[in-house]
Amino acid sequence: MNTTLSWIRAYVPELSCTDQEYCDAMTLSGTKVEGYERTDKNLENIVIGQILKIEKHPDADKLIVCQVDTGKETIQIVTGAPNVKEGDKVPVVLDGGRVAGSAHADGPLPEDGIVIKEGKLRGVSSAGMMCSIEELGSSRDMYPEAPENGIYIFPADAAVGADAIEALGLRDTVFEYEITSNRVDCYSVLGIAREAAATFRKPFCPPVVEIQKEHGDVSDYIHVKVQDKELCTRYLGRVCTDIQIAPSPEWMQRRLAASGIRPINNLVDITNYVMEEYGQPMHAYDLDTIAGRRIIVRRAKDGDVFTTLDGQERKLDGDVLMICDAEKEIGIAGIMGGENTMITDDVKTVLFEAATFNGANIRKSAKRIGLRTEASGKFEKGLEPRNAEAAINRACQLIEELGCGRVVGGMAQDGASPAPLREIPFEPERINRFLGTNIEIEEMLAIFRRLELDYQKEKNVIVIPPFRQDLEGFADIAEEVARFYGYERIPATLPNGEATTGKLPFKLRIEEKARDIAEHWGFSQGMSYSFESPKVFDRLMLPADSPLREPVTIANPLGEDFSVMRTISLNGILNSLAVNYNRRNKDVRLYELGNIYLPKSLPLTELPDERMQFTLGMYGEGDFYTLKGLIEQFFDTIGLKNRATYDPDAGKPFLHPGRQALILYENEETGYLGELHPQAANAYNLGTRVYVAVLDMPKIVALATFDRKYTGIARYPAVTRDLSMVVPREVLAGQIEAVIVQRGGKLLESFHLFDLYEGEQIREGFKSMAYSITFRAQDRTLEDNDIAAVMKKILNGLEAMNIELRQ
Amino acid sequence: MKEKLEQIREEALRQIREAGALEGLNEVRVGFLGKKGRLTAVLKSMKEVAPEERPRVGQLVNEAREEIEKALESARAGMEQKILEERLQTEVIDVTLPGKKNRMGHRHPNTITLEEVERIFIGMGYEVVEGPEVEKDYYNFEAMNIPADHPARDEQDTFYISGDILLRTQTSPVQARVMEQGRLPIRMIAPGRVFRSDEVDATHSPSFHQIEGLVVDKNITFADLKGTLAEFAKELFGEDTRVKFRPHHFPFTEPSAEMDVSCFKCKGAGCRFCKGSGWIEILGCGMVHPRVFEMCGIDPNEYTGFAFGVGLERISLLKYEIDDMRLLYENDIRFLNQF
Repeated sequence: MNTTLSWIRAYVPELSCTDQEYCDAMTLSGTKVEGYERTDKNLENIVIGQILKIEKHPDADKLIVCQVDTGKETIQIVTGAPNVKEGDKVPVVLDGGRVAGSAHADGPLPEDGIVIKEGKLRGVSSAGMMCSIEELGSSRDMYPEAPENGIYIFPADAAVGADAIEALGLRDTVFEYEITSNRVDCYSVLGIAREAAATFRKPFCPPVVEIQKEHGDVSDYIHVKVQDKELCTRYLGRVCTDIQIAPSPEWMQRRLAASGIRPINNLVDITNYVMEEYGQPMHAYDLDTIAGRRIIVRRAKDGDVFTTLDGQERKLDGDVLMICDAEKEIGIAGIMGGENTMITDDVKTVLFEAATFNGANIRKSAKRIGLRTEASGKFEKGLEPRNAEAAINRACQLIEELGCGRVVGGMAQDGASPAPLREIPFEPERINRFLGTNIEIEEMLAIFRRLELDYQKEKNVIVIPPFRQDLEGFADIAEEVARFYGYERIPATLPNGEATTGKLPFKLRIEEKARDIAEHWGFSQGMSYSFESPKVFDRLMLPADSPLREPVTIANPLGEDFSVMRTISLNGILNSLAVNYNRRNKDVRLYELGNIYLPKSLPLTELPDERMQFTLGMYGEGDFYTLKGLIEQFFDTIGLKNRATYDPDAGKPFLHPGRQALILYENEETGYLGELHPQAANAYNLGTRVYVAVLDMPKIVALATFDRKYTGIARYPAVTRDLSMVVPREVLAGQIEAVIVQRGGKLLESFHLFDLYEGEQIREGFKSMAYSITFRAQDRTLEDNDIAAVMKKILNGLEAMNIELRQ
Repeated sequence: MKEKLEQIREEALRQIREAGALEGLNEVRVGFLGKKGRLTAVLKSMKEVAPEERPRVGQLVNEAREEIEKALESARAGMEQKILEERLQTEVIDVTLPGKKNRMGHRHPNTITLEEVERIFIGMGYEVVEGPEVEKDYYNFEAMNIPADHPARDEQDTFYISGDILLRTQTSPVQARVMEQGRLPIRMIAPGRVFRSDEVDATHSPSFHQIEGLVVDKNITFADLKGTLAEFAKELFGEDTRVKFRPHHFPFTEPSAEMDVSCFKCKGAGCRFCKGSGWIEILGCGMVHPRVFEMCGIDPNEYTGFAFGVGLERISLLKYEIDDMRLLYENDIRFLNQF
């Protein structure tokens, strides 16, 4: 919403403030000013001059030399403009003055404008410049009387020597507002002016609508029937006869122009002017084109085609509301009128329409038809019938005032009668309790008065005027008080109720540990989108029947690449690794904590299972065991004290078949890790070995604990035995360790692999492995025979796996 | 006998003086005090001494032994000191060479900001809660006083899954989920991912994060809202931060406000971060709308409350002077390593 300050001042005549003061005060009372711009920006030292004499330039065919009276003196100006003649009154920039732009350049205006200096053109001195409307920073759209190519020419009665910018109505400021969706009334100049008056505590003087002379009766001209009262709450029609199309007066043109609306002619300008002023869109029909002199408001039929006044054919359906005459459709309600009843310059009699429609229906219709107009944008916010009535009367008043036609008496109307005005109890103590203030009742009442909210003492209610449909109850009234008392004057306190304990839930504490561990291992945290392309499933080589290929699908995605909610967390990390690899970053380690979304059934009838995944990916320095070590340390940190086991039969198609493992904790599958399959790496353009791990956090969190118990430091010495073995290649360390754990029994304290060798001196198909095993008893010093017995048990177990002791 | 002892003593002391290394000292010890040493030999020959002489000679031997031991000890200490000094001299290092770092990873700037916000509110007695990202229309809109035909639904460009399931456009639905449980009072923040159908560019992302806050109790006032958020702003942006509340509109709060903080770059003087205004818009807030209370089964005549919503990325971008939102989701380690 844009308006000029001068238009606001028309209704708040005592308003006196700088642009910045206006901007700040309005923003703080709730009408946010997004910005403002002076319309006379970079226009300096420009007066109305009169051309006294024109001569040819002695050395240039296309230039002329003018003697121009600037009020104080007569100066010589050389110009190339083709349109000026002796006697013309024109805007003249004097020496040292400034204009906003150049006559021929397209694109944005230069920030500091253009300075005009006295100089010589082809040897003839020129003391200033005559300007086109473009050089004054405006356009022919806004000043239709300006010539297409040449100097702007003022009317003959313009005062020579006067300020040309003032005369053009450019001594003004255009304010741009951000109006919140609840304040339908502020999408109008009057609504903003009312707020401005209340903000600055100045009288508000809206236009007094009076029509001096009416003739005839509207029922002789038109009958209105609303068939669908749900979609059209009210339809009002008034008729004006003896229409004489002409340009609208300058003041109206200027106001429209400054609001960004192109002046056309008096009739069109009046409807636009009233729309800006009251926020009520209006439509004007040529009454002579309306068949049967009837207006019928009804739904379109599915498949109807209708040509709007922009000449476009529109496809309709049964939910689109139409304005019709006795025979045909003549307008899409609230969106755009039809070509068939369009006003032409030959119009004699006009039917003005001011209606209110179901906002949601207009919004949906505009969307379906693909035609969102200034009018539909206003209607979809839900307008008030009483405001429509004020607006249509105002339009008729302007017709009369501007000498554009004669107004016919009475109003044709149909629809539901307007709801009674809302009343809200006035509860001053509750307001103060709610705001934390001590505002006097009188001050509250003064605020209501300024906002035209009527307080009725006997009923102790505030009567809500029709233009404030946003005020529905106690809290809304409290807000009005707060806004005009001033948010900044309300004290700042802290809640003083019952104390509560600050808490980070267990799940988030475990996630925090995950971040800590990952970062200690050199992994940086990445974030990727929750939605991705279904092509990811192919890139990860998931089999056709994989349940992961059945994702939660977005009905209206930004594109296929963002169309499914991820069922597997790897793609984000792999893409990020690829970005880094492609940019030649070395040794990259990334992790992410983010959800996957597993549907419980498709199509979705209940919310999917959102599972937090701790995903790690790396390339460069480090390998499978780097990730495994990290996972072991993570488990240790969050109290998973038992030994996790690693099952090589993970069955992950996107991982190297010989380098992948499920991570099992107490036989529960908690995640997997492995080297990315070379083909998958290829699909991501990763030309290096990539290692990934994924932990399913809901399972981890269920197992995790921060409980710790002190077990006592052993008082008896430990005994260590080394076990050097020749092991068949296919036997896994995990199998050997399982034997050590199982057979080592209570005396086993710890063990670790200290040597692993394959190659020369070891026969084909075997490897050499050496473990150091530590035993300890809690209650005594171990004897040789204790150790011998337990070692024998272990060795027996290993022999069964075709493992030989190395001598 | 006495002369012999004197001779041994002197010989030993001489050898100690002349010994150049610890080994030499050891030889002296063995040669005089060892099992076959010369002083030991004297003790062994004690039987040749007259019984009445024995105590006196024994004393002399002991005296000589003590003296030699003392001399040995002091020579050893001297030598060790010298050796240590020599060693320390050879071990001089260049302390200006670079330090050895453990290669640590880095938290995402969003997480750093989030943890900071969580820390502030946990300190004020707030609980951190989470809600689903794929959400029911009811919680995301209806319960937030945004009924089916409300224009705000268009403003928030929603991704839909089905008719009544969508990707949440705000963290506000968590308000309704928490209030519904009926455990009062409530002081909570709910951080999380939200989604809006915006094309990716320098200032937009279809997926971003918000932090919702909600306080419900008896006698919560608009003044409490102001005080709490002013405190939060000071904690997050520095003690000298000023705040400004501007009236605004949200369907689920009334009165509503937007909070600006004095620009933490220029301290309010005006710079490119605050576009010259000296103020930066940080969050939206307001008193919980009575209708929201009613829908969640809380009596608005008995309870009041305030709510607020902060855009996490917005704060991260401002705080770390990041000029392009896309950097947050690209995960280039040269970016991440800076945090």
